[in-house]
Amino acid sequence: MPNRLLDVQGLETHFKTQEGVVHAVNGVSFAMEEGETLGIVGESGCGKSVTVLSMLRLIPSPPGKIVAGKALFHGDDLLKMMSEEIRHVRGAQISMIFQDPMTSLNPVLTIGKQLAEPLILHMNMTQEQARDRSVELLEMVGIPNAVERLKDYPHQYSGGMRQRVMIAMALSCNPQILIADEPTTALDVTIQAQIIELIKRLRDELGMAIIWITHDLGVIAGIAQRVVVMYGGYIVEEAYVKELYANPQHPYTIGLLGSLPRLDETQHQRLYSINGLPPVLYQKPSVCPFAPRCKWAMDSCWRENPMLEPFTPDHRVACWVDPKTGKRR
Amino acid sequence: MSKEILLKVDNLVKHFPIYRGVFQRQVGAVRAVDGVTFDVYRGETLGLVGESGCGKSTTGRTILQLYRPTSGSVNFDGQDLVALKGEELRQMRRKMQMIFQDPYASLNPRMTVGEIIGEPLMVHNVASGKEIKERITHLLDIVSLSSAFANRYPHEFSGGQRQRIGVARALALQPEFIVCDEPISALDVSIQAQVINLLEDLQKQFNLTYLFIAHDLSVVRHISDRVAVMYLGVLVELADRDTMYNNPLHPYTQALLSAVPIPDPLAEERRQRTVLEGDVPSPVNPPSGCRFRTRCPLAYSYCAEAQPDWREVQPGHFVACHSVSDTGILDKKEVM
Repeated sequence: MPNRLLDVQGLETHFKTQEGVVHAVNGVSFAMEEGETLGIVGESGCGKSVTVLSMLRLIPSPPGKIVAGKALFHGDDLLKMMSEEIRHVRGAQISMIFQDPMTSLNPVLTIGKQLAEPLILHMNMTQEQARDRSVELLEMVGIPNAVERLKDYPHQYSGGMRQRVMIAMALSCNPQILIADEPTTALDVTIQAQIIELIKRLRDELGMAIIWITHDLGVIAGIAQRVVVMYGGYIVEEAYVKELYANPQHPYTIGLLGSLPRLDETQHQRLYSINGLPPVLYQKPSVCPFAPRCKWAMDSCWRENPMLEPFTPDHRVACWVDPKTGKRR
Repeated sequence: MSKEILLKVDNLVKHFPIYRGVFQRQVGAVRAVDGVTFDVYRGETLGLVGESGCGKSTTGRTILQLYRPTSGSVNFDGQDLVALKGEELRQMRRKMQMIFQDPYASLNPRMTVGEIIGEPLMVHNVASGKEIKERITHLLDIVSLSSAFANRYPHEFSGGQRQRIGVARALALQPEFIVCDEPISALDVSIQAQVINLLEDLQKQFNLTYLFIAHDLSVVRHISDRVAVMYLGVLVELADRDTMYNNPLHPYTQALLSAVPIPDPLAEERRQRTVLEGDVPSPVNPPSGCRFRTRCPLAYSYCAEAQPDWREVQPGHFVACHSVSDTGILDKKEVM
């Protein structure tokens, strides 16, 4: 079997805090193929960002620590690479865009300087080549008057334009994987729509794989092919996007989908609300992390944490309950 | 059925002056709200939507006289709030309250929950001593928080619980009208539904009138009876909820609705999206004529010359667009 593009196995990350060790990611495994778009969905604190940051070894350590797992990129473990090697992967082969485009750009360097940096570093370009390529990149992401705008500083760009610059920068070295960590959360809806359309177009043109991290199930529905749902540092459900929305199996996924007001709602229904709060895990849970909020929780849920198991060949779920009957499947 | 008008906002304007230089001369103004007219009926929820910086929060605050308007009038229950001052205005404030967006910034960290909820009761002298305590317990009960929380401080609570405390404070004086300024946008998805349901229950229980300000059109559709859309300081469309979502007339409303993602991959596949070009212009120097014309797919030369009138094209359906006929039909033929 050829090596997969990305294969994450049993990833575990802890953070040392004053209150104790927070178990942010507790054994996450997923894989992705070339050109695929994978959505990672969950609420704040569920470990979705920490998962990808750990994979790229971008967790500040201390307080963070990757305690177990592998992240195989074309068969090579990113977690075991020398810092020189992983630097070559980051930015060139796997690149990332963040939620807040203002804080991820350097305010005292021009956009041109910042765009040229990875090109010179990773692609061994000269200043002139890098400048020409920067102009191309800005045009590719739809920034008008690109030659002039290279001389501008980040504060002279609007929020949507800055996110376009971030995308241009992330794509500058033709990465195989683009990680988008809530890239549209800070933006207005009309600008969000622009950015999503842009990324979809670039994906079709350039063929990179995308990991799209978000809390917004609406955005994911429109862009991802496959989705993993995270809760309490675990993957609780994984399926192709249509299957997940049509036939959710985990009570948390069902709750999340039911708690969303929909724009195409025809009659007024009371929203389904999940009681309680997402957990902060000071120890690795020995029971199902969702049990305290689950309306179907059974005795076994309080004794043992269900493993992520295939429900159908393409649909995995970490729950014993059949949501149709509310009983054990 | 004739509905009683609780709040009448007429041509409300709020400009924030910009001062520059050694002598602090006024060099311009941020035209945050620039002529807004609408009514709110008693017992309804009016949703006010728009993108950031469009003036929706300023509208809410100016109605409550937290900002004094530059011009225009706000008629609440038969009284012009703009003309009121001092004690008279203070008395009116009991009837109008506000729930804020950020439950982390809107609660004083050095006051206990009991003090926060009890403060309005003391300030307005409606209760004292033991009675205040009883009222606090009752208010906490209304928002489904334990009365034992009264002695704790805000930092001990999660975002959703804090927002409940903010709701309890707003209810303390038994107001008739509450401005909810993005009350759920700082909360996690699973917590948002809890707060929305709470607000709906309270509205039924106390016959409250809400002005619900939000940027999330799905939430607004869920909670509102009527919806108003704002763009760069002016209203562009107002209609009852179903009309607004099924038959939007203004090109901006149409684009805004088409930009909202729907949590259903099949629905997403079928959708036709109108993606607007460019960004919202600056409210310091808004475009001439129609403010939306710089991004409008239907704009023609006349749009730059005159600001479109705010008119009622169908009963209860208001719109400000040159391309909409007097009978409420969007004329796309004029596009050249």
